Amino acid sequence: MEHTQRRPAGVARASSGLMDGLQRWLPKLVVAPTFLLVGIGIYGYMLWTGVLSFTNSSFLPSYEFVGLEQYAKLMESERWLVASWNLAIFGGLFIGICLLIGVVLAIFLDQRIRQEGAIRTIYLYPMALSMIVTGTVWRWILNPSLGLEKLMHDWGWTSFSFDWLVDSDFAIYTIVMAAVWQASGFVMALFLAGLRGVDSSIMRAARVDGASLPMIYWKIILPSLRPVFFSSVMVLAHIAIKSFDLVMAMTSGGPGYSTDLPAVFMYAHTFTRGQMGLGSASAMLMLGAILALLVPYLYSELREKRHD
Amino acid sequence: MNHFKRHLTALAVSAALMPTAAVHAGEVEVLHWWTAGGEARAAAALKQMMEEQGHTWKDFAVAGGGGEAAMTVLKTRAVSGNPPAAAQIKGLDIREWAKLGFLTSLDSVAEAENWDQLIPPRISDVMKYEGEYVAVPVNVHRVNWLWVNPDVMENVGVEVPTTLDEFFEVADKLKAEGYIPLAHGGQPWQDATVFDAVALAELGPDDYRKAFVDHDMDVINSEKMEEVFAQFAKVMSYVDDDAAGRDWNTATGMVIRGEAAMQIMGDWAKGEFTAADLTPGEDYLCAPAPGTTGQFTFNVDSFAMFSLTEEDDIKAQKDLARTILEPEFQTLFNQNKGSIPVRTDMDMSDFDTCAQASMETFKSSADDGGLVPSFSHGLATTSYIQGQIFDVVTNFVNSNNPDPVKTTDQLAAAIKSAM
Repeated sequence: MEHTQRRPAGVARASSGLMDGLQRWLPKLVVAPTFLLVGIGIYGYMLWTGVLSFTNSSFLPSYEFVGLEQYAKLMESERWLVASWNLAIFGGLFIGICLLIGVVLAIFLDQRIRQEGAIRTIYLYPMALSMIVTGTVWRWILNPSLGLEKLMHDWGWTSFSFDWLVDSDFAIYTIVMAAVWQASGFVMALFLAGLRGVDSSIMRAARVDGASLPMIYWKIILPSLRPVFFSSVMVLAHIAIKSFDLVMAMTSGGPGYSTDLPAVFMYAHTFTRGQMGLGSASAMLMLGAILALLVPYLYSELREKRHD
Repeated sequence: MNHFKRHLTALAVSAALMPTAAVHAGEVEVLHWWTAGGEARAAAALKQMMEEQGHTWKDFAVAGGGGEAAMTVLKTRAVSGNPPAAAQIKGLDIREWAKLGFLTSLDSVAEAENWDQLIPPRISDVMKYEGEYVAVPVNVHRVNWLWVNPDVMENVGVEVPTTLDEFFEVADKLKAEGYIPLAHGGQPWQDATVFDAVALAELGPDDYRKAFVDHDMDVINSEKMEEVFAQFAKVMSYVDDDAAGRDWNTATGMVIRGEAAMQIMGDWAKGEFTAADLTPGEDYLCAPAPGTTGQFTFNVDSFAMFSLTEEDDIKAQKDLARTILEPEFQTLFNQNKGSIPVRTDMDMSDFDTCAQASMETFKSSADDGGLVPSFSHGLATTSYIQGQIFDVVTNFVNSNNPDPVKTTDQLAAAIKSAM
C-alpha cells in the first residue's frame, strides 16, 4: 500500500484499476479450467453418451438415429435383465448388511473400550485396499479347489462344501460378501464419528430417566444420526451401481453371465462387442438409476438448508 | 559395469546411425499386443527385419490379453485422423474397419507377390474388402485340437478318441479311475471354443458354415442344433465342478500334470507344453477334436493396413505387408507362436509334428471344403453376433438344468436380434 501512495497519482489510479479488475476476475480465472474440464469431461460426455444411445453406433460412433431401438433391444436382452436383477440383489444386500454391521460395530466401539484405536484401524483397513485386490483374495478364498473348501477337506472335514463362487445361482452372493467385507468398516467409521458427536449429557439424562442402554441407542441416538445414515446410503449406493472392478476381479461376470452387473454389461457391449449404441443406452439407464437416488436426496438436503 | 558400458556404446552407435536411416526410409507404426513370451520374440524379429530394410519401426504395443485395451486406443487414434500404419485386427472386424474407409488397398503388393496363389481363398476372403486386400494374414491357428496326456490314457488303458461316441466311452473310463476327463476353464470364450468343436463334429462343415457364417435360420433353429447342444452338454459333463473362471493355461497345466486327461483348445496351448519342456508325440499328443478328423477350424491373426499420407511411410507399410508373408518371417513367427504359416507352399520340416499335422489338414481341408472359420474366435461373424452366441452358450453351460430345445430357440432369437 505504501508503495502505491508514493507513486504519481495517475499510475496509482491505473494500477489500482488493474488490481481491481484482476481481483474481480482472478477467482473466476482460477476455477475456469476446472469448470471447463468438468463441463466437458463429465457433463459433455454424459450428453454425448445420451445422443449415442439413440443411434445405431456400432464399434465407432455414428449419427444415424434410430430412436428408442437400442432401449427396446436392451429390454429384450436377457443378459441385461440378469444384470439389473443382480444389481437389485447386490445393491439391496450390500447396503443393508453394510449398514447393519457398520452400526453394530460402531456402537460396540463407542463403549470406550481398550485398544479402540487399534481395533478401529483393523475394521477400517479393508477400505484401503483396491477392489481388485479384494476381489482376487476372495476369489482364492472361495474357489472350491484352492480355498476354504480345500482347507476343510485337508483338515479332514470332507463333507464340507462351499461352492457358491462356481454356482451360477449363488455366485452373486459371494460378490456381496466381498463387498461387505470391504465397505462395512467405512460405514462403521462414519457412524462412530456421528456417535462421538452426540452430546453425552443426553445419554446421562436418559439414564437418569431409567432408560436401558439398548433403548437409548435405538430411540434416541440412532434417530439423531439420520444425516449419517443418509450419507452412508448415498456412498454405498454409488459403490453398488458403479461396481465393476470387484466383479471383474472375482468372477468376470461368470459363471456364464450370472454375476453380470450393469456396469459390466455396459463395458462388454461398448468396448468389446462393438455395440456402442446399446452400451450407451445401458449407461443412460444406469445414470437414471443414480439420479433416482440422487434427486430426492439433493431435494431433501437443499430444502433443509432453506430452513436455516 | 562392463555390461553397462557396452550398452552405452551400442546406444551411441545406434544414435549415430539413426538419423541417416530415417532420412531415406519411412516409419511403420505397428499396433499389436504381442507383449509376452514367444509372441514378443516374434514381434522383435519382425521389427529387426523391417529395420534391415532401412525403415524405422515404431512399436505401439498395448498389453492386455485379447486386445480390448488396444482396440480402444486404436479407435481414438483412427477417429482423430492419426492411425498407425498397421494394427492387429482380425476376422470380420477387418471388414467393419474397411467399410468405414480407414483401410488402404494392398493389391499392388498382393499382385507382385502372388498372394492369391499362396493363400487358400477361404483365408484371403477374410483379408479382402470388396475384392481388394486390406489386411495381411500372419498365421493360422487350428482351433479344433484335442490335447492329450498319453500317460493318463495308458494308465487307464484307453486310446485317443476320434469320434464323440468314443470320447464319451473313454471319458467314462477315465472318470471311473478318478481322473478329470476334460480339462476346461469356465470362461465364455472357452465354452464357445468347445462348442465350436462339437458343432463342427455334429453339423459337418457345410451346415457349420450355414449356421455361423450365413446365419441360415433353417440350420440354426433345427433339430440338428438341438442335438449339438445335447452332445455339448454331455461333453461338458466331463469337466470338473471347479472350472468356473479358470484360465485356459491353468486347464492345460492340469493336463500336463496328469490331473486331467484331455483338453479341447486351439494350438496356442502348445506353448504351455513347450514351456514345460515336453515333446509333442511323446510327452503329449495332439489329435483333432473328437468327430472333426480332416476338418480344420481356423483362427487367423492379421494386420489391417491403414490409409497413410506420407509417401515414405506408405512404402514402409507395403514393405511390412510383404515381409510378413515372406517364408523367413512365417517360419520364425509361427514356430514361436505355435501356429502354422498361412502360405501353403512352405517347407514344414523345421516345425514340430503337431504343426506338420496341422499343415497337412490345412491343405487337404482347403481343397475338400473342411476348412471353416472359427466363430468362437471372431473369424465367422461380427463381434456382436459372436457375443450373442457366447451369451447363449455360456448360459447353457452354467444352467443347472440345461434344456437343448429351449436353448436352440434362444440361439435363433439371439442371432436374429443381432443381425
